[in-house]
Amino acid sequence: MAGKRKLERAAALGGPVLSVRDLKVGYGNRVLMRDVVFDVAPQDIFFIMGGSGCGKSSLLRVLMGLAEPQSGSVNYGSSAFWPGEEETRYKVMRRCGTLFQNGALWSSMTLAENVGLILEQYTDLDPEELRRQVVVKLSMVGLAGFEDFYPSEISGGMRKRAGLARALALDPEILFLDEPSAGLDPVSSRQLDELVVELSQSLQSTFIIVSHELASILSIATNGIFLDADSKRMAAKGRPQDMLTDPSTPPVVMRFLTRGGEGPMPGLPSGGKMANVHAGGGI
Amino acid sequence: MDADPQVNAQCHGDVLQVVVGGTWNIDTDSTPAMEDALLKLKGGVRELLLEARGLGQWDSSLLVFLVRMMKVARSSDIAVTLHVPDGLSRLVNMAQRPSTCKTPKKPRDPFLFHIGAWFLSLAPDVADFLGFLKSLFQAFHGMLLGRTQMRFQDFFGAMETCGMRSLPIVACTSMLFGLILAFVGAVQLARFGAEIYVAGLVGIAMLRIMGAIMVGVVMAGRVGAAFAAELGTMQVNEEVDALEVNGISPLEFLVLPRVLALTLMIPLLTLYADIMGCLGGYLVGILVLNLNPMEYYSATLNMTPFYHVLIGLVYAVVFGIVIGVVGCYQGLRCGRSAQAVGNATTAAVVHAIVGIIVMTALITIFFNALKL
Repeated sequence: MAGKRKLERAAALGGPVLSVRDLKVGYGNRVLMRDVVFDVAPQDIFFIMGGSGCGKSSLLRVLMGLAEPQSGSVNYGSSAFWPGEEETRYKVMRRCGTLFQNGALWSSMTLAENVGLILEQYTDLDPEELRRQVVVKLSMVGLAGFEDFYPSEISGGMRKRAGLARALALDPEILFLDEPSAGLDPVSSRQLDELVVELSQSLQSTFIIVSHELASILSIATNGIFLDADSKRMAAKGRPQDMLTDPSTPPVVMRFLTRGGEGPMPGLPSGGKMANVHAGGGI
Repeated sequence: MDADPQVNAQCHGDVLQVVVGGTWNIDTDSTPAMEDALLKLKGGVRELLLEARGLGQWDSSLLVFLVRMMKVARSSDIAVTLHVPDGLSRLVNMAQRPSTCKTPKKPRDPFLFHIGAWFLSLAPDVADFLGFLKSLFQAFHGMLLGRTQMRFQDFFGAMETCGMRSLPIVACTSMLFGLILAFVGAVQLARFGAEIYVAGLVGIAMLRIMGAIMVGVVMAGRVGAAFAAELGTMQVNEEVDALEVNGISPLEFLVLPRVLALTLMIPLLTLYADIMGCLGGYLVGILVLNLNPMEYYSATLNMTPFYHVLIGLVYAVVFGIVIGVVGCYQGLRCGRSAQAVGNATTAAVVHAIVGIIVMTALITIFFNALKL
């Protein structure tokens, strides 16, 4: 799609779509994360992982141009993003789509208007063609028929998908997803993961996802970094599945990927099998 | 490769072959070639063959076109064959997922229905408000008996917001109002050479009623709106629900400290406004009407008996209750969206100002009946 041509160009040059060098992220005098270095290749499903409060979302805000890094550089293809001209950043952001944590749909507008507003802003489509675009975008995320519903009239999972449809409005090259699974049940969360994989293959877009949802990380990530809150540095990078089997993976990352250890959870009867809790009755 | 989207539609017997190529950009509206293809599709075709040849860069505009063609074909029972790149055909499939929506069309209610619904909702709304007042009274009663979940920290915080932080705006508005009253009065009184009566005019007007009304209107906008927005946002964030499920009464915890603080602070602000209003009149008296400062001062004292101040305070206490109760009620009854918070805030200010005017009328009639 729109992203495809640029990705092809980036891929032809053999370059990453996003490269981050020596990035320092924080607020005021407070440093959240330093020495962040990574590249995102075209069509990656790239996860930014880490425990709560380690600066994942702050890093994402820097990548999205919403906050300035304390030092270091961010480049999208050949465009200098940070440090860089505001106009360049604006042009780069035009090629990106974002799904915010709670969908961040505009509550006074219907789903169609939410998606349509972005198309109206950036294109000169006539209303009929615009409506057709909106319907296709909403259908792609499984929300056909919900065009005239308000965000308050649909469920949390549907709001997430509608947010994704809005992020897809301009056929972005890169999609940012901030905690896409937060607040979703495992089935909806899995459906969203499947949608991400399907979109990444068919749209050939790159996904940059902030998450600490292990199931998603281990099933769909093709690449990623792990941020460690204690050392305020990156603890590991690469494919999370490979991190699990790599003996050189730092213990802090291993603990995260195995939910704090392999053994049974202390305090649960019979090796933590929940079925036994029910069998025991007593509630 | 061409820079424009290419659509080539040709009929071979009852088979329509549509070949797409060129460059597709989301900015392109549907072209005559696309419309031509759609037109041919409706002309007795039995099979549709969609093919991509010489396709350059493309985006969802191509997707939308293909989906549109297939939709028309399907509605006329035309068989469709798709020969396009893999990624594109997957997107076409995604875009044609069946609707999961069980009630796709929302019923649009007629205008009269809304009027009727509004009228029918009046009685329950009034009952709800009275119930709120009753619970608030019970909470207050409980507080007097020493049983309350109210945090005095919140109470003092609200007192600061309502009281001290409102001093500048109250000073400014009431002083200017005193000034305006003096000017307007002076024009008439000067015709009789009775400029000195400006002192009495400004004094009685400010002390008896206008001081309280000025403070009431300013506080409705400043504090009533803030209460509604604050409690409304708490409602949106489920903070109010969190209080309730933990057995903490939002009424005692959130509403009572605010209403009490406002009811205590408005009379004090009214006294302050009275002084500032008289000061405004005084300035006009001595600077514009060239009255003697001492003469103006003693005229004010002589012409304005003290009971006017007390009557003004009665208004003030009632206004404090009205603004506080209306602001908190609107906040707690707020919906769960950003728009609902805006509506609650507007309603808080409008209802409070209407309430102030209605109460002013009632209290004025009351004191008139008492011949005060």
